[in-house]
Amino acid sequence: MATTKVERDEYSALVDLEHNHEHDHAPFIAHHFYTAEQQFDSGKLGIWLFLVTEVLFFGGLFVAYIIYRYNRPEVFVDAHHHLDTLLGGLNTIVLLFSSLTMAWGVRAAQLGDNKTTAISVLITMVCAALFLGVKAVEYSHKWDLGLLPGDMFSYDPHAHHAHHMISNYLVMLCIPFAVILVATLIAAVLNLNTGKVLIGRFYGGLAITMLGFFAGVLVGVLWMAGAASEESHGSDAHAAVATDATARLVSFEVDDAAAKTPATTEASTTDAAATTPAVEHPVDKKLGVFFSIYYCMTGLHAVHIIGGIIALSWIFYRSLAAHWRSDYFGPVDYVGLYWHLVDLIWIYLFPLMYLIR
Amino acid sequence: MATVTQKQQLFGHAPSNHYLDASHGVMSWIFTLDHKRIAIMYMYGVIASLFLAGIFALVLRTELYTTKEWFLTSAQYNQMFTLHGAVMVFLFIIPSVPAIIGNFVLPMMLGAKDVAFPRLNLASLWLYWLGGIFFIVVLATTQLDTGWTFYTPYSTSKSNTNVIAATMGAFILGFSSIFTGLNFIVTINTMRPKGMTWFRMPLLLWGLYSTSIIQVLATPVLGITLLLLIVERTLKLGIFDPNYGGDPLLYQHFFWFYSHPAVYIMILPAMGVVSEMLAVHCRKEVFGYKFIAMSSVAIALIGFLVWGHHLFTSGQSDLTSLVFSAITFSVAVPSAVKVFNWLCTMYRGDINLSTPMLYVMSFIFLFGIGGLTGLWLGALSTDIPLHDTYFVVAHFHYVMVGGTMTALLGGLFHWWPKFSGRMYNEPLGKLFCFFVFVGFNLTFFPQFIMGSLGMPRRYHEYAEIYQIYHQASTWGAYTLGIGIFGAVMVLVYAWFFGRKASGNPWGAATLEWQCSSPPSFHNFEHRVIVSEPYDFASVVYDESVDGYVPVIPKRETTPNQQPATVPH
Repeated sequence: MATTKVERDEYSALVDLEHNHEHDHAPFIAHHFYTAEQQFDSGKLGIWLFLVTEVLFFGGLFVAYIIYRYNRPEVFVDAHHHLDTLLGGLNTIVLLFSSLTMAWGVRAAQLGDNKTTAISVLITMVCAALFLGVKAVEYSHKWDLGLLPGDMFSYDPHAHHAHHMISNYLVMLCIPFAVILVATLIAAVLNLNTGKVLIGRFYGGLAITMLGFFAGVLVGVLWMAGAASEESHGSDAHAAVATDATARLVSFEVDDAAAKTPATTEASTTDAAATTPAVEHPVDKKLGVFFSIYYCMTGLHAVHIIGGIIALSWIFYRSLAAHWRSDYFGPVDYVGLYWHLVDLIWIYLFPLMYLIR
Repeated sequence: MATVTQKQQLFGHAPSNHYLDASHGVMSWIFTLDHKRIAIMYMYGVIASLFLAGIFALVLRTELYTTKEWFLTSAQYNQMFTLHGAVMVFLFIIPSVPAIIGNFVLPMMLGAKDVAFPRLNLASLWLYWLGGIFFIVVLATTQLDTGWTFYTPYSTSKSNTNVIAATMGAFILGFSSIFTGLNFIVTINTMRPKGMTWFRMPLLLWGLYSTSIIQVLATPVLGITLLLLIVERTLKLGIFDPNYGGDPLLYQHFFWFYSHPAVYIMILPAMGVVSEMLAVHCRKEVFGYKFIAMSSVAIALIGFLVWGHHLFTSGQSDLTSLVFSAITFSVAVPSAVKVFNWLCTMYRGDINLSTPMLYVMSFIFLFGIGGLTGLWLGALSTDIPLHDTYFVVAHFHYVMVGGTMTALLGGLFHWWPKFSGRMYNEPLGKLFCFFVFVGFNLTFFPQFIMGSLGMPRRYHEYAEIYQIYHQASTWGAYTLGIGIFGAVMVLVYAWFFGRKASGNPWGAATLEWQCSSPPSFHNFEHRVIVSEPYDFASVVYDESVDGYVPVIPKRETTPNQQPATVPH
């Protein structure tokens, strides 16, 4: 192709100016940004908008909660006795503490102190995993009792529940974490032995995080065992309340259905056919809706915790690699904001689910 | 060795390093971070979806040519109209204008090198493909017969079709839409160069900004709704299904809380495209710039408060219906503001009846009819008899197809020199625009009539008295099909064989026309000269570049005029 000679004219000034502009481009600034400040502001606005979408995403569930609680308040009051306030409270404290360490990590990154950032972020990750461990104990305990969502709800207040120390469901929930623990431990040891300190420390951090999960499981199991032994002595108010309340609700529902029957005398067989199955298992379906909402909300929150751990481990790696400096710490800030939101959603979930009066 | 001036190099025919030529191979496209290439890839998907769902529509119309069952069983008919609606809504019309025209021109209109988050942009394209794959799975398996709205409890417990794959696809496409919207908001907020103030932004950017607000605020609610629907169908949760203690009306509220604002996701960017093309092809400053800009924002905000008008006959309370009806009417105000401002822009303009301008005029006419018939449906007393008739079908096709699709086609013709670096064939472009306009009206105007006579929608067979309207509608559908297919073929032909275009063939004053055609990878090879977006004196025709070039503002170090005498 023939070369083209470009003659200068009055439009040349535009081009020269552009070329002069290209020089002061630090390596961490993406090509389409002009300044570090512009890049940081874009990221910050982006993460705030993302948080808005998250709030609205959970918003649908909160609206469903409000509507069903408004329609059947007694179902919510009674069903919440099945939740363990102490474990929920412990998780609340764990998450609040993790927000503190996260904020600490952001501050350290702003100061360019990569070591403190790495440690703070690691503590945050451990807290996140601990939260999941406790949650795993809570979930598996409920699945054992048949406290399942919607139509699968099969709790019988009068049946005697054998209290296993370790539930099968809990073992299943632990398996993936155990696999990751072993894998990251091996990877950490191998890498540290071959002198790859950065990647070795990263895997080590992940292994410590997984240990956090098992610490959570341990705490949960021990507490559950304590509660179970107290219950067997008949002195535990909370379990007794739950059983009584559910039994009360059974009779209440049957009365309710009976009271409605005379009103529908004129209604023909189709109406009767529609109400008959509702009389057979009235409580199951109503309480099942509470647990539907409970599992949807806490489950979606747990998914966000897992997503948070993944994002935090990326930050942890970059902290170990000493990427942060006082004019470049955006990613720590963004993940920090996300983590605070995940914490905040739990701050709402805890009273709405566990502390109903 | 050829010799050109700097002016010719910047604003003349394409440079050798434009974005289509910057790198080669399939991988350089699949992993590109360039907003222009992403837009082109969106275009393939969106146009393919248009043809696919368009073929479904033709099959439906052919079946309806006779009063009795012809070649589709009633179950197949249900699946066919469901897939027509679902593919058109989720894969064609929601991504159409923002993802193609928005992605391509938004950074250039701003004077930026790219959107704020190029990787997120690519991720949203990939999510679009992934969502499309889910719909292909639906097509290949047991299909879908719920209607595109997935109403419960039919979708959760009765339907035997592949509801889960379809809702999963829509869920994923929702995230694609969210990411695009988020990206556009941040880009417009932080990527504007010096001199590009909010009220110097072209009106398309105001349209896209308003759209993005809706995408970010409404789509997550659809996401959680569809997620709950999937869980409800698999685990029998009892949130939407009355058999397990749920409330189906809640589903409709959740669904329309997204899907009504989504109507404005579809139309607002189209309105922006129309405002751009109108000013350029009338060579006149847009009348009432601030009113058009603010009416976009107003439509976006009021659009969040009207979802209940989809539930007038679903059993919500009379008071709620009354309130929603009243707010629905208020949307007409900013919409009318736009239409009147467009008409005032055309008044005494130097109207160039090019293909884009013909699409613009079609848009204004068709959107006018679509918008006004919306008022009949927003009024409670007329909605009750018209509900679920062909009147509703005709109304939303006038807005969606007559509005958005017309604007999309016009926009593609208008920006085609920028996309491809080539000019299309003007007479053929006009011919197929004529086919689209006539075919569209022939298809949908009879539907208004038969709808008001009581022809219910979604019916497979019908009474004899409606046949004349159905037959007219079917003929119209084929004419429309020829028009759309022909228009796309004109564009495809131009891409390969069209006459080379200069940087600014239309004489437009917005910044994307200061790039070469097609633009280079970084969009601008020079410092952008930001002026008023519709100041047509800021560009002059230059024969040496075969197009328009920006006027460099004169810098005067000493004033020419005599200084005013100092007052005593």
